[in-house]
Amino acid sequence: MGQRSEQNRANRTGAEGPVLSVRRLTTRFRTDRGIVTAVDDVSFDVAPGETLGIVGESGCGKTVTSKSIMRLLPDHVASYGDESEVIYRGNNLLRASESEMRKVRGDGIAMIFQEPMTSLNPVFTVGWQLNEALKYHTKLRARERRARIIEMLKLVDMPNPEKRIDEYPHQLSGGMRQRVMIAIALCCEPDVLIADEPTTALDVTIQAQILDLMNELKSRLNTAIILITHDLGVVAQVCDRVQVMYAGRVIESASAREVFHNPRHPYTRGLLDSIPKQGGKQKGARLPAIGGIVPSLWELPPGCRFQERCRYKQQKCVDVEPDLVTDPDGHARRCHFPLGTSAKLTVGASS
Amino acid sequence: MALIEVRNLVKHFPVRGGVLNRVVGKVHAVNGVSFDVQRGETVGIVGESGCGKSTLGKTIIRLIDPTEGSIKYDDKEITTLGHGGMMRIRRKMQIIFQDPYSSLNPRMTVRGLLREAIKFHDVVPANQVDDYITELIRTVGMRPDAADKFPHEFSGGQRQRLGIARALSVKPEFIVADEPVSALDVSIQAQVLNLMMDLKEKLGLTLVFISHDLKVVEHFCDRVLVMYLGHIVEELPTRDLHLRAKHPYTRALLGANPIDDPDDRRPLTVLQGDVPSPFSPPPGCPFQTRCPRVHDRCRVEMPPLVTREAGVNGEAETERVACWAVEVDEQEKLSAGAGAR
Ligand SMILES: Nc1ncnc2c1ncn2[C@@H]1O[C@H](COP(=O)(O)OP(=O)(O)OP(=O)(O)O)[C@@H](O)[C@H]1O
Ligand SMILES: Nc1ncnc2c1ncn2[C@@H]1O[C@H](COP(=O)(O)OP(=O)(O)OP(=O)(O)O)[C@@H](O)[C@H]1O
Ligand code: SF4
Ligand code: SF4
Ligand SMILES: [Mg+2]
Ligand SMILES: [Mg+2]
Repeated sequence: MGQRSEQNRANRTGAEGPVLSVRRLTTRFRTDRGIVTAVDDVSFDVAPGETLGIVGESGCGKTVTSKSIMRLLPDHVASYGDESEVIYRGNNLLRASESEMRKVRGDGIAMIFQEPMTSLNPVFTVGWQLNEALKYHTKLRARERRARIIEMLKLVDMPNPEKRIDEYPHQLSGGMRQRVMIAIALCCEPDVLIADEPTTALDVTIQAQILDLMNELKSRLNTAIILITHDLGVVAQVCDRVQVMYAGRVIESASAREVFHNPRHPYTRGLLDSIPKQGGKQKGARLPAIGGIVPSLWELPPGCRFQERCRYKQQKCVDVEPDLVTDPDGHARRCHFPLGTSAKLTVGASS
Repeated sequence: MALIEVRNLVKHFPVRGGVLNRVVGKVHAVNGVSFDVQRGETVGIVGESGCGKSTLGKTIIRLIDPTEGSIKYDDKEITTLGHGGMMRIRRKMQIIFQDPYSSLNPRMTVRGLLREAIKFHDVVPANQVDDYITELIRTVGMRPDAADKFPHEFSGGQRQRLGIARALSVKPEFIVADEPVSALDVSIQAQVLNLMMDLKEKLGLTLVFISHDLKVVEHFCDRVLVMYLGHIVEELPTRDLHLRAKHPYTRALLGANPIDDPDDRRPLTVLQGDVPSPFSPPPGCPFQTRCPRVHDRCRVEMPPLVTREAGVNGEAETERVACWAVEVDEQEKLSAGAGAR
C-alpha cells in the first residue's frame, strides 16, 4: 500500500519524484497594525526538468512564497505556520540554520529577481560577481573559474562574453543584465531555479530571448524551475503546471493545458477572458473585465476571498471558505461551484 | 482636416559627461517624425523601451519643446506659441502619465488635485466645482467619497482612474495616454481600457495611446505608429494587423508575443541582439543591428518612409513602411501582377 502511493506520487511529479516540496506554507508578517498572513497554506512540488508557474495579481503572495523557500525574509518580521515545511534533500528549510541556508542558496536553489539591477552590485564587474559565486560554491582554481565564467556567459547567449566579463552592470542593457543574473544563478548548476518575474522589466523581443533560453536550459540541465509571473502568455509558453494564487491562497492548480483550456475557478476564467486576444478578434468591443479589486489582507471577508468579484456567488460562498479540492483528474480548485463541472451546471440551471 | 499634424519633429536631449559635466553628445529621442491624427481617432504608438514614445507624446502637447519641426493643432502652429497662447490651448490637450504612483501629488486630496486644474482653467463656475468633482469621480467609476482621500489610499488601478479623472476635468478634446495600463494587473487593465473606451465614445475624444503591448494597441486603437530608435518605421491600420504588417520589426513584435495557449507553443526568439543606444545610432536603417533581412544597402542608406495604398480583404488603406526589403517585395509584387496580366 505504502509502495503503491509512493509510485503514484512518482507518476504525478515525474519519474524522479519532486526535488522540492512545499507543504502547507503559511507566512505571516509582524507589522505596526498587527499580524498579517501574506501566504496562506500553500503546497506544491516541483520535479527535475519541470517548470511550475505561479501566477496571480500584485500582492497575492508570489514573491513572499519564493522568499520563504529561500528564507530571505528577516526572521524578526516573518514567521511560518507550525505545520509549514519546505522539504529539500530531506531537510525542512524553514527550520534550517543560516549557515545551512547559505549552502542551499546558489548551490541547491537559486533565485533570479524581477529587477536585475537591484541584485547585481553596481561597483563590481560582471566577471567579479560570477567569480564570487564560483569561489563560494566550487573548488575551481582562479584560471578555471575564468574559463567557466566565459562558458557560462556563452551558455546564456551573452554577445561578446570575453569583453563583457570586464564590464560593469550599468554598461549592459536590461536583457544582458538579466542574462548575467541567470548565469550567476546557474553557475553552480542548482537543482531548482526560482525566477521571480524574470522578464517583466524587459521588452517583448528581449523577453522572448530569455524565455527561450530558460526553456533550453531546463531541458539541457534538467533544472526544476519555478516561474513567477503575472503574464499568462508567458505561463502558457513555458510552464508544465500552473498554480493560480489569489489573496495569499492557491485557488487553482493543474497542468498548463487544463488551466488554459478548462479553468475551473471563476477568477482564472476571468483573468483569461480579460486579456485582449492577438488578431484583434474582439476589436473595439469591451473586454470581459473582472469587476472590483482584490480585498486587502487586512479586511478579508469570511467565506470565499473572491466573492465580491464573482458572478457565480451563492450564499454558501459568503458563509464558508471553500477548501482546495482536487478533482479525480488531478485538477485542484478552491471553489464551491467550479466551472465546467456538474455542480456548476446545476447552479446554472436552478438560477 | 486633421486635428493634429506633426511634421519632421525632432527632439534631442543633451548628454553630459566628464568631470566638467559638459555636453558630450545628444540622445536622438525623436528623429524626424511626421504623422496626422484625425478628429475622433485613436492612434497607437508602440515600440521598445527608450524608443522615444513618451518624448513624442509629451512633445506633441508641448510639455517638452521640440528641437525642430512643426506641430499643428486644429490647423494652428503651436511650436511658436508664447506662454499665453499656449495656456489657452493647453486646456484642450491633456496627458495621462505612465506611472500612476508618481504622477499624483501625494500631499493633496483628490478634491484638491481636481479643483486646482478646474479653477485654473475656469472650467465651471466656482459654486459648481464640488458637484463637478463628484460627477468626474463617478464618471471614472469610483465612489464620491474618494474625493477626500489621498493618493496613497488607492490601489494602482484606482490611481490610474484618478489620473484619467484629472485629465478629463478640464474637458479636453485631445488626450495623450502614456501607457495608462502598463503598471496594472491584467484584471484591472481590462477595467481601465473599458472605461477609456466608454469615455472616448461618450465625449468624442481624440486619443494618442502609447503602449509597448501590441495586443492592447490592436484592441484599442484605429491606427498604429511603430517606432524604433526615434523613427516611425511603419504606420498601419490595426484592423487585420497581422496580415498587413510588413516591417521586419513589426513582424518581430507580433512573433515575440507569447500567445496564451499551451497548445500553441513556439520558439519566441525572432530577433538576436539588443537595441542599439540612441546615443550613437548607426548610419542607415536604425533596425539593421537586429534585422533578419538586413543587407548591404541598409547599412549605408536610411530607408524612406514610403506611403502606399495596400489592400487586405478587399479594403485598401494607406500604410507607410520604411524598409528596403519591403520595397523590393512590393516591386516584385507589382511586376508579378503585371506579368500575370
Ligand atoms: N516585509 C513585509 N511586511 C509586511 N507585509 C509584507 C512584507 N512583504 C510583503 N508583504 C505583503 O505580503 C503580500 C504579498 O506580497 P508579495 O510581494 O508576495 O506579492 P506578489 O504576489 O509578489 O506581488 P507583485 O506581483 O506585485 O510582485 C502583500 O500584501 C504585501 O504587502
Ligand atoms: N529629459 C531627458 N534627458 C535626457 N534624455 C532623455 C530625457 N527624456 C528621455 N530621454 C532619453 O530619450 C530616449 C527616449 O526616451 P522615452 O522616455 O521617450 O522612451 P519611451 O519610448 O517612452 O520608453 P519607455 O517605454 O521605457 O517609457 C531614451 O534614450 C531616454 O533615455
Ligand atoms: S466559491 Fe463562490 S464566490 Fe468563490 S469563486 Fe466559487 S462561486 Fe465564486
Ligand atoms: S531597411 Fe534593411 S535593416 Fe532596415 S528593416 Fe528593412 S531590411 Fe531590415
Ligand atoms: Mg512579486
Ligand atoms: Mg515612456
